[in-house]
Parts: sequence; C-alpha cells; structure tokens
Amino acid sequence: MPDVKPMIEIRNVSRHFGTFRALDQINLDVAAGEFFSLLGPSGCGKTTLLRMLAGLDTPTSGTISIDGADCTEVRANQRPTNMVFQSYAIFPHLNVAENVAYGLKRMRLGRVEEARRVDEALEMVRLPGFGARKGNELSGGQRQRVALARALVMRPKVLLLDEPLSALDKKLREEMQTELRTLQQSVGITFVLVTHDQYEALALSDRIAVMFGGQIAQVASPMEIYQRPTTRKVADFLGGMNFLRGRIAAEAGAALTVETERFGTATLTKPPGFTASGGRATVGIRPERLRVLWDGERAEHELTGRIANRAYFGETTSLSVAIDGLEAPLSIVETNTFGADELNIGAEVRLAFDPEALVLMADPDAR
Amino acid sequence: MRLLSRIRWLPVYLGAFMVFLYFPILLLPLFSFNTGVVAAFPLKGFTTRWYVQLFDNQVMLGAAWNSLMVGLAVSITSTVLAICAARAITRYKFPGQKPATGLIMAPLFLPEIIVAVSMLLVLLQIGIQLSLLTVILGQIVFCLPYSMSVLIAGFEGFDRSLEEASLDLGETAMGTFRRVTLPVVAPAILSSLLVSFTISLDEFLLAFFLSGTETTLPVYIWGQLRFAAKLPEVLALGSLMMTASVILLTVAEIVRRRAEKRVMARGGPNA
Ligand SMILES: Nc1ncnc2c1ncn2[C@@H]1O[C@H](COP(=O)(O)OP(=O)(O)O)[C@@H](O)[C@H]1O
Ligand SMILES: [Mg+2]
Repeated sequence: MPDVKPMIEIRNVSRHFGTFRALDQINLDVAAGEFFSLLGPSGCGKTTLLRMLAGLDTPTSGTISIDGADCTEVRANQRPTNMVFQSYAIFPHLNVAENVAYGLKRMRLGRVEEARRVDEALEMVRLPGFGARKGNELSGGQRQRVALARALVMRPKVLLLDEPLSALDKKLREEMQTELRTLQQSVGITFVLVTHDQYEALALSDRIAVMFGGQIAQVASPMEIYQRPTTRKVADFLGGMNFLRGRIAAEAGAALTVETERFGTATLTKPPGFTASGGRATVGIRPERLRVLWDGERAEHELTGRIANRAYFGETTSLSVAIDGLEAPLSIVETNTFGADELNIGAEVRLAFDPEALVLMADPDAR
Repeated sequence: MRLLSRIRWLPVYLGAFMVFLYFPILLLPLFSFNTGVVAAFPLKGFTTRWYVQLFDNQVMLGAAWNSLMVGLAVSITSTVLAICAARAITRYKFPGQKPATGLIMAPLFLPEIIVAVSMLLVLLQIGIQLSLLTVILGQIVFCLPYSMSVLIAGFEGFDRSLEEASLDLGETAMGTFRRVTLPVVAPAILSSLLVSFTISLDEFLLAFFLSGTETTLPVYIWGQLRFAAKLPEVLALGSLMMTASVILLTVAEIVRRRAEKRVMARGGPNA
C-alpha cells in the first residue's frame, strides 16, 4: 500500500438493526486506486457496509471518511461515490443512453459534451451503439455493463460494486472478471467489490477483507489470505484445507514449535489473536500443497497412504488419501499431467509435502 | 370421461352466461336508433333523432357537466390519496398497518346502500348542506379501495433500488420522485384515474342520496324513467355512457398490461 492518506477510512463502524448487530466495530482503510474486496458468506454484513460507504445507510456509531473528508452524515447524492447495485437497478422507462446520462443531467454539461461522455462510457464497457436500446432488450451481462457505465460516467472517486457478477452464468462471469480488472486498472478509480465468491475475490483484488457475522476476520492480499489464513474459519471459507491436530512443543515470541501427527515438527508463526488451548493447536495444509510421488521419485518429506475416494474435474483430480495415524483422510488436488486421473480407489500412493506450507491458525472452537 | 363431459358443458354454460349478461345491454343501443317510442320488437326504422334531442336537452347537459366535474374531482383526489397510502403500505412497516389497510379496503365489501345512508345521516347531523361536494366526498371513500388495489399492485412491482440508484447518481429526493418514481408507476396512476373516473360516472346510490338539487347523469336517468316518452332519449344516453365506460376501462386495462409486461421484462437479478 502506498504511504499516502487512504481513500476510505472506516473507524469503529457499527450498524445495529434493533438488537441485531449487522456490523460490529469495523475498522478498515482502503488505499486510493486499490481494488478492494469484501468477502464473506451471505448475511455477514457486506451489503450493509457498502451501503454505508454509498451514503444509503448511516452507521449506528463510528465514522467514515472518503478522500480525507468525514462524510458519515453526508447523503448519497453528495458523495464522490457511485454504486453498481446487485439488481443493477436499470431505469425501466429510459433507454441505455438515458440511463447512462441520468446523473450527468444535473451537471448541465450541454448536449454535445453529455453525449460525448455517454458514448465514451458505453465504449469503455464495450457497449458502443447500444444507446437506443431499452432496458428490457438487454441480456444480464449487458445490463451489468450499463449499470457500470452509468456509475463510471460520473467519474467517482470510489466505485462500489455489490455482487455485480453473481447473476451471470459461469462463463460470462469469468469473462467479466477479467474485464472488470482491466477496467479498474485503466480508469484508476478505487473499487470496493462485495462478493461471496472466494475465487472472484482472489482473482480481482489487491486486498481482501474476509467478514463473518458483522466482523472483519482478516485483511490481506489474495496470496496471503489464501496461504496464510489467520483463523480456521477464514481458511475454510477460502478453499479446501487439511486441518491437522498439533501440540505446542516450544514457544519463542511469535514463533511456535508445533509437533503435528505424521507431518513432523515445524516452527510456525503465531497469527494475531492466537491462543493455545491446553497446549494444542490447529495446523493446516492446502490440498494443492500435497503432491503425489510417481514411480521412484523421492522427497525429503513423505507420507504413505491409500486412496479412499476420488473426484474427476477434467483438468484436475481431487483425491482423498487415508493415512495411518491421521483422523481424517487428506485431500489432494493433482493436475492430470502425470495420470492422477488413472489412480483407482484402494491404490497405494506416496505423498510429498513441504513443511513451509504448514500454517498455524487460531481456532476458537477447537475442543 | 369426466373431462369430456366437462368440455361439452363449458361452452353451453358460457353461452348462456354471455346471453344473460350482454343481451340486455346490446338491446340498449339497438332501441336507441329505433324510430318507435316504445322499446319493443319489431323495430320500426332507423333514426338518430333521439341523439339530436339529447344534445338539445339543457337539463341533461347540465347533469353531464356535473358528472364530468364530479368524476374528475373524485378520480384525482382518490388517486392522490391512494398514492400516499399505497406507498406507505408497500414501503414501510408500521404498527397497525394491517388494520389500517383493511379499513381503507372495507367499502369494497360493505353494501353501498348502507354506506350511502350512513353518510347521509352523518352529513345531516353535522348540518352540512347536500351538494355535488358531498357526492364527491362520498364517492372518494367508495373509490379509494379500487384505486388502492391498482396502485398497491403497481408499487409492489417497483424495485426500491431504482430510487437508491437515482440518489446515488446525485439526484435529490424530490428529483428522484419526479424522474424515477413517478414515471415508473405512471401506468398504475393512470389506471387508477381511469377506473375511479368510470366508477364515479356510473355510480348511482351515493349520488342519489348525497346530492342536493344538482344531479349527475345516473340520477338524471332515474328521474327520466317515469316519463314513457323520454325513454328513447334515456336509451341514447345510456348507450353513450356505456360506450364511454367500455373505452375508459379498456384503456385502463391496456395501460395496466403494458406496465406489467415492462416490469416482467425488467426482471430481477435472478430473472
Ligand atoms: N434494513 C434491515 N433491517 C433489519 N435487518 C437487516 C436490514 N438490512 C440487513 N439486515 C440484516 O443484516 C445482516 C447483513 O445483511 P447484508 O449486509 O445484506 O448481508 P450480505 O453480507 O449478504 O450482503 C443480515 O442478517 C440481514 O438480515
Ligand atoms: Mg448482500
């Protein structure tokens, strides 16, 4: 993150609906020009937070500053933010050009300049020449682009996107992800994206905030949040993870020496908020960090087991390998380059792992 | 087998129903062009005399003018009131919402004559002079439920985020109402205006009980029925009113359907 003042500063923001805490003491900084994602399961408060950035809702307590100015009490129509709604909210009585020009009308730019900016925005979202179409003559992907153009044409300091791709089918969604990222880089506007799709967040973002139950669990770059999740819940939400039981053997500052069943002893970094419960710890390793050893291949750290289950995904195969001395079978993802798709249930396999890939997580629910 | 027998009876039933409902109504225009004064077969000959007479009749024209004024006042007022109520009901949750809605819709189910008589009693008690104004007040109460049901349906199809999008794009609350809310629900509003105008135009009981010396068309017709010689003119007037009602209701229905199609096509995120 650059050391300039952040574009968005969220300080101790809470939002209560009656006794229900939709948001609980949120603190967050978003840098200028950053592509920032709010990731979490449905109902965790992502939309509520985004609406507060837009000015469509007010915090019960706490403050929000945008571009250095406190705007906690500033109304939506006075904020330098624009939003792409989950429903797209395309005005049904207006055509595409009129939709895009909606916010410009108040600026009184003059016909020529207004038309120029509308065309420019439609070009940007790759919908040139669609101006005369009615909202109900558009496909889902096109509606999404119109909503995007309508917001971008306002040249906001911050663009807010509420699950903009969730209504699209898989192929179109992947296409739009790439486009969204390219677009963000070309316009240089700060993007705040709300999503419950971890792959989308990982693929698009500079940084991700993972939320559960109205609280932020972790804020980090995609690689860090995927590879170094600080809690078991974050690890679980971001993808497959093999959870292992560990025993704390020694402690030296932030470094813990942990003995793990079958995975040996490793020195791991203590995540913030970590408390060892009775000398026990939860350690994890991602499925793709385990590798099948073929033929005579050897590795420094090896495990032997039998294939208990398998699932074929075309480019990869997901294997479930039972290991003696481990409670649960290990999940592995193997690309099918060397024939992982030809391994049968019951076959014996040797696995290699790198202790560097082991990660220590806070696990408040561990028994 | 049961299905077969059903299919055979349905058209017969439908035919009988249609004849019973529409045959008398179709006789109205038929006799209004008949030369004879008595409404009976055989028809004597074709004439437009009754229509010409009708438009020379100053009393009838006065009643028509009254009907038009009452209709406009009733439809506009009941629509405006219903807009406020329907918006509150579809948009906010407030204590007493269900009972309040029920009370507004109640005149739909109460016998009209009871409503008319009670209103008359109250007005006389307070000492308010009967006039077209009291007719207007009575008919507003009577039309409100119809306006409400049309408008609630219209507002329920309205996506709240449209207004939020407008605010987000820099528009004020007033501007949002003018540029988004109003145009999107315009078909429902127009529909409500047309329906309540038609109801007011045809309404007899309230107009009869609550009007003073000035009458509306249905009350005028009722008065003319005593004179046999006036019957053809009444038939001509009836035909005209019927045509007007049919046109108004058809327009209202077309508007409503087009709006519905637009809302459907707009769809939601999951459409
Ligand atoms: N206006 C409201 N009144 C009451 N509860 C609300 C309101 N808006 C949101 N909530 C609740 O707050 C929680 C978070 O909602 P939301 O921010 O929409 O979640 P999501 O992360 O899925 O976007 C949900 O449990 C929701 O039911
Ligand atoms: Mg949401």
